[in-house]
Amino acid sequence: MSLRIERRLSIPGWLPVAVPVGSVILVLTGHDPVATDRRLLERGFFASGAISGTLVTATPLLLTALAAAAAFRMQVWNIGAEGQLYLGAVGASGAGIALHALPGPLIIAAMVVAGILAGAAWGAIPGILRAAFRTNEIITSLMLNYVAGLFITYLIYDSHSYWRDLSTFTARVFPQGKYLADAASWPRFDLLGMMIPFGFLLGILAAALVWLTATATRFGFEMRVIGDSPNAARYAGMRVRRRIVTVMAMAGGLAGLGGASEVGDFRHVLDPRGIQQAGFGYAGIVVAALARLNPFAVIVVAVLLGGLANAGYSLQGPDFPAGLVGTLQGLILFFALGGEMLVRYRIRWRGPQTAAPAPAPVAVAEAGS
Amino acid sequence: MSLRGIVKRFPEVVANDHVDFEARAGEIHALLGENGAGKSTLSNIITGLYRPDEGEIEVRGRPVQFHAPRDALAAGIFMVHQHFRLVTSFTVAENVVLGHHQASGQPLLVDPRRVERTVAALSQRYRMPVKVRARIWQLSAGEQQRVEILKALQRGARILILDEPTALLTPQESTSLFETLRLMAGEGRTVIFISHKLEEVMAVSDRVTILRRGRSVGTVSTRDTSPRQLARLMVGREVVFPPRAQDHAVARTPVMEISSLSAQSAIETPALRQVDLSVNAGEIVGVAGVAGNGQRELAEAITGVRPSSGGSVTVAGRRLRSSSPRQAIAVGIAHIPEDRLGTGVAPGLAIWENLVLKSYRQPPLSVAGLLRRGLARRRAGELISRFRIAGTPETAARLLSGGNLQKVVLARELSSPLRVLIAASPTRGLDVAATESVRGMLLDAARSGVAILLISEDLDEILALSDRIAVLYEGRIVGVLDRDHAQVEEIGLMMAGTGRATEHA
Repeated sequence: MSLRIERRLSIPGWLPVAVPVGSVILVLTGHDPVATDRRLLERGFFASGAISGTLVTATPLLLTALAAAAAFRMQVWNIGAEGQLYLGAVGASGAGIALHALPGPLIIAAMVVAGILAGAAWGAIPGILRAAFRTNEIITSLMLNYVAGLFITYLIYDSHSYWRDLSTFTARVFPQGKYLADAASWPRFDLLGMMIPFGFLLGILAAALVWLTATATRFGFEMRVIGDSPNAARYAGMRVRRRIVTVMAMAGGLAGLGGASEVGDFRHVLDPRGIQQAGFGYAGIVVAALARLNPFAVIVVAVLLGGLANAGYSLQGPDFPAGLVGTLQGLILFFALGGEMLVRYRIRWRGPQTAAPAPAPVAVAEAGS
Repeated sequence: MSLRGIVKRFPEVVANDHVDFEARAGEIHALLGENGAGKSTLSNIITGLYRPDEGEIEVRGRPVQFHAPRDALAAGIFMVHQHFRLVTSFTVAENVVLGHHQASGQPLLVDPRRVERTVAALSQRYRMPVKVRARIWQLSAGEQQRVEILKALQRGARILILDEPTALLTPQESTSLFETLRLMAGEGRTVIFISHKLEEVMAVSDRVTILRRGRSVGTVSTRDTSPRQLARLMVGREVVFPPRAQDHAVARTPVMEISSLSAQSAIETPALRQVDLSVNAGEIVGVAGVAGNGQRELAEAITGVRPSSGGSVTVAGRRLRSSSPRQAIAVGIAHIPEDRLGTGVAPGLAIWENLVLKSYRQPPLSVAGLLRRGLARRRAGELISRFRIAGTPETAARLLSGGNLQKVVLARELSSPLRVLIAASPTRGLDVAATESVRGMLLDAARSGVAILLISEDLDEILALSDRIAVLYEGRIVGVLDRDHAQVEEIGLMMAGTGRATEHA
């Protein structure tokens, strides 16, 4: 007998397994699964104000996922969206503090630019290291996440930096960042009762730009060739190393914009604890993978996962431990990713006697990603 | 052994369609066919890697069913693949007993002395000199092949299948391989020799079975046939290789001049040493040599894919920078790389994308950083029909056969304005019909004034096409011969490093 995994020839309707399995766990822990699932959906999407809350989480997810997807499309493995987001927050809050006297739109524009530039510079580091020394960008971009985390902690907790609020005695004892002027708060747009953050709109614009770059530009063509075969790219006279640096900077800029939005849309301060707790950079990789690196699918998946996370916050309470929320969310992600694989492959049991038909040619069945 | 009515279907094709094949004890039986004729599928069935959908296999009169390669091994069937299956960091002796040392009575430990003695005895008996204590990576391709054959003999192979065994050998090494094979056949073993080279099939085999499009079209006795008849059976029609036009005058103006060009291999050892060579307009200069003697580095250093470590390349009076494929393309150097899938084309991309791989960055294909996809697709359509590529602009390159893939590369390279063409093994792995058309295109290009450097391990091809022949050995040009004065034996000796001393070193 042999267990083998082959590409599926046709795509079956994928049935979510997460719900029944999650229900079993809920019953075992003494909760009503139907009520819980309904609450989950309501809090995430349908209750009044739920979408507004969901978008708060979806916005950074959308941008970090784009940061992952843009690089992954070129087979450059940017795991550094987390750190790039922190640096974006540093850049945007710095600009916001420095320009507090200017009119709102100018501050906001400066924050967007500063966030993108800071994230891009941070993202370019692993790109340059790979281009110059052939280091593995998975390792370097991941390590730089920790560096970035320590850096923002240092800015607020361990130094008298420009970002730290030292104006009052309490602030000197309990370190915190300088709050931005009200004029530096990013606008929100009311759409049928949903509050759409400005950062989310920028994210949609960014998704469209990523898509346009990938499909219609010379640079996008080079990205495709390099992603498919670096040898062919070099042979064709493409400047592969420069392109790797460019795409890493581009990815860093996207994540940096996410960091700027964290500051401008939601926190209005550089908050090392809060921003590190969320883990948007890593969740963004999951979003990008689920969206199969398609920028528009990233928008949808980011909202779905954002809703899940948002509902999780409101589910947890004295009768419902946070760990159980995490378990349910984990199950949904696990089965969604597993189902993703089953959509593309199938598992077959093969006895020794029956001659199995030849597996489908892997190349032909690929749906493209 | 005999196979009757073998059918093997794959989702898109029938690879073997009622193939009959029978090989006797003590004979060398050639399996001849173009690429895609079903030779590999058939040998995979014989060695138990595939199971036939229909048909029977008999070995020594008894019907057998192979469920796995080890069943075929147990029946005494052994295959020497084109790409050797050796552990490069092990010694020759270790490789010979690898996977089989339990049978020597010692389940855990190998007695190196005893193994070395056995291997040395075998190598002497079959006239295959090898250094038993050498590690595989130190050996030439010919020596590695001997190790593979020794492995088979050590396991008592009764039926030995060799897949294109001469592809990496010098003419002399091939001749000595043929002697060994005859020796083995003389002992009653069966040798199945897979090839698409007519000359060597004529030289070594007793009988020939020809496959065409998955069917066996006949078995003939080598004594009663001719290369012409074999070619006809193989292709299904008369084949005419265009004779090299003797009359077309080669200009005396060098288009490309290479002077003391040096380059390093991927592991940073010197691979190309002070090469001097010039190619005139309309001339084909063949570079002969056994694989791994600097051919790859030569092509890559000229085209800028690999940095050079010294010397220069000058095209039309312009000295090229090292390591700039872009500049090489700009001065008109076209390049047919050895590695088609992966370098010559990006396999996952469509044909249209691969056809604009080098021209995408100039107008009219690119305007203000945007790529004009509509125009690129239209152009691709034209090239596809002009070069008779089987596919649409949207077909992914990896789905193409070797011949069609090479046509994509040629269509791209020849449709750009070019002065120089570097063609590395342009017909390797192609069937007779595709080879014919590729050679025709090279000759046409030469006739229109392009300077061609033809780098090939196929000596017949070099002799058929070149005006001058340079021989590369250990990264040096050990001699340049005029075609009219070139003799196969002399070139063969030079390829093996024992020919006349170089005046270039």
